[in-house]
Amino acid sequence: MSKNNYIRTNGRAADELRKVSIKAGIIKNADGSAIIEFGKNKIIAAVFGPKEVHPKHMMRNDQAIIKCRYHMMPFSTDTRKNPSLSRREIEISKVIREAIQPAIIMEDYPRTAIEVYIEILQSDGGSRCAAINAASVALADAGINMRDLITACAAGKADGKIILDVDDVEDKTGEADMPLSILPNLGTITLFQLDGCLSEEEFKQALEMATNGCKKLYELQRNALMNKYFNNNKNKGV
Amino acid sequence: MSTIERKYVIPGDTIIEGDYRPLINAIKRNNRVISTRIGMAEIVRKDVRVIPLNGTYYPRLDDTVIGIVADSNAFVWEVDINSVFFGILQGSAVLGRTFSASRDSLASHFKTGDCLIAKIASFDRTRDPLLSIYGPGLGKVSNGEICKISMAQVPRLIGKKGSMIKLIEENTKCKLNIGQNGVIFINGAKESIVKIKKVINIIEKQAYLPDLNDKVNDLLK
Repeated sequence: MSKNNYIRTNGRAADELRKVSIKAGIIKNADGSAIIEFGKNKIIAAVFGPKEVHPKHMMRNDQAIIKCRYHMMPFSTDTRKNPSLSRREIEISKVIREAIQPAIIMEDYPRTAIEVYIEILQSDGGSRCAAINAASVALADAGINMRDLITACAAGKADGKIILDVDDVEDKTGEADMPLSILPNLGTITLFQLDGCLSEEEFKQALEMATNGCKKLYELQRNALMNKYFNNNKNKGV
Repeated sequence: MSTIERKYVIPGDTIIEGDYRPLINAIKRNNRVISTRIGMAEIVRKDVRVIPLNGTYYPRLDDTVIGIVADSNAFVWEVDINSVFFGILQGSAVLGRTFSASRDSLASHFKTGDCLIAKIASFDRTRDPLLSIYGPGLGKVSNGEICKISMAQVPRLIGKKGSMIKLIEENTKCKLNIGQNGVIFINGAKESIVKIKKVINIIEKQAYLPDLNDKVNDLLK
């Protein structure tokens, strides 16, 4: 609960995340995969590669390339969505690609491509952050060399208050939405967007709140991987 | 005697702080040694390495690998070695003399789909790994089946001083060739091959069991 006991219309406190569950390795045919349930968001991320680059002219001799596709299922929204990639999906694919790229050690895989496919089964605001969290677990599950996991969470402003983890209603009725993705152990910001207006003081508060949210999500990502690979023997010597 | 410290890690975990050297699957940042993979971190004296639990095979010099010929052009065969990169087998490496595209034909030696046991003769990040089939036990193999196992479980399949592989071979009268890339070539009777595939599946899923040898022994009998 927040200090001033402010309760949002969805019943959450200002600094409270939605209910999150993450599971790693759910798709057999992919090299790595994860499913995340982030409130009402349901998202699957699958990773293939590193593999041969097609078309060849995209190949880089000194490092890997990342191909990322963020796609919403026709049934993921309340009215049917056209299954072809929309302008918004193409933009979010690019944003996610650039958010995960700093975490991957691209130089270890020259002349190859790493493909990240993200399917939104059900969406409810904040799906790009949830998608980054799922993609990060899927990348680690695929055994790709990474500097750190990537974790993402949004903060925003609704009803004049700074809030954590903005959902669909708050996004539409609120004053600001600020998705943030970080590398928690290295302390690097890899994605920062801000839709709306915040004063300097509000911005500082939102940034701190989003960073704290990311740290909570990091623990969940960590648990998902630990559960799959070590049966949740957390970081203990063997 | 030096002590070996081990712990489970995921990417981004700090394995140890201080004057240590990252060897395999680890990087150093601000005096911290960080893991880059999911696996078991091992600290031996000042060296830190992470033995990965997943991922594809990354070629290393002198590794024995089993691959399938995927393609050929006028000078080389491309061999699928279950890795990020294709293995390259040069025509001259098979003929033992200078290869001439007008005189010699690659198709008369290996065809697409042939199974080869080879060694990684040279590899660095800038080029695909070069293969060699010179050496005892290397070359084309036929009359058998191919099976795959996660690269991380290859040592478990071989067992301590080859105990597991010996157990399987003695009980099934089959010959197993295990590549370090996680590809296994099984030569023997059809019923035995089916049995071995089951055993490999169990080893892959239950590699952590301490009495795995007994379990496999029961299954084979």
